[in-house]
Amino acid sequence: MSKVIFDANFDNLDEIRDIVGEAARQVGFSDKEIYAIQLAADEASSNIIEHAYAGITGGKLEIDLSTTDKTLKIVMRDQGKPFDPSSVPEPNVKADLSERKIGGLGMYLMRKLMDEVSYESSAERGNILTMIKRLGESG
Amino acid sequence: MDVSTKQFKNCDMVVVNGRVDSSTAPQLAEALENVTGDGRYKIVVDMSGLEYMSSAGFRALLSSQRQCKRYNRGEIVLASVPERIQEALELAGFTELFKTYSDPIDAVGSF
Repeated sequence: MSKVIFDANFDNLDEIRDIVGEAARQVGFSDKEIYAIQLAADEASSNIIEHAYAGITGGKLEIDLSTTDKTLKIVMRDQGKPFDPSSVPEPNVKADLSERKIGGLGMYLMRKLMDEVSYESSAERGNILTMIKRLGESG
Repeated sequence: MDVSTKQFKNCDMVVVNGRVDSSTAPQLAEALENVTGDGRYKIVVDMSGLEYMSSAGFRALLSSQRQCKRYNRGEIVLASVPERIQEALELAGFTELFKTYSDPIDAVGSF
């Protein structure tokens, strides 16, 4: 289990992808899966920085990584605006160019790339996003 | 991440290298806007040196594709898309919105 606290800033996305990639490598994920996990972690972090901390400076993003021999669990905590994932409509990834909306694409990718994605929001603990990827499952 | 632009007779090529995420996507968007701002709407994005692209990069491409395709005046095509990035584009349904070429020269020749 390792815990790292980042300033909620896009400049830290490189390092976030690095630590998540390293944890995924230790579990034994393939290069393709490692890329997918890094992309999911990037999309999650970007959403937190862009939306949860919109208009808020000095926010922190805490990332807990825990591994077993077959799973990687990523927990991200922030103290930004509460987030209700059901408020974000799933994007229509078959819409034509004029109808295509980019909003919600990050979350859509997270759900597609990881085996489990869940959210909690509470006044005391802030927002908690949990993502799990298991070895040997597609997604 | 670094991005550069080359002008050809019938199109422009935007070469993007490294990693495009929420931090660096604005540079890609700016490079594309500089081309379209000059009234040039036929663009090849050469991705052969691209290591990574998140949805922030997809958003920049989508926004410029709308600019380029307006009034049928041109389009953005993608060249030498690395496998991982191709998979993410497919997942996002973006491969329907952009023609892709395995060779940048073929992409230039398509205009």
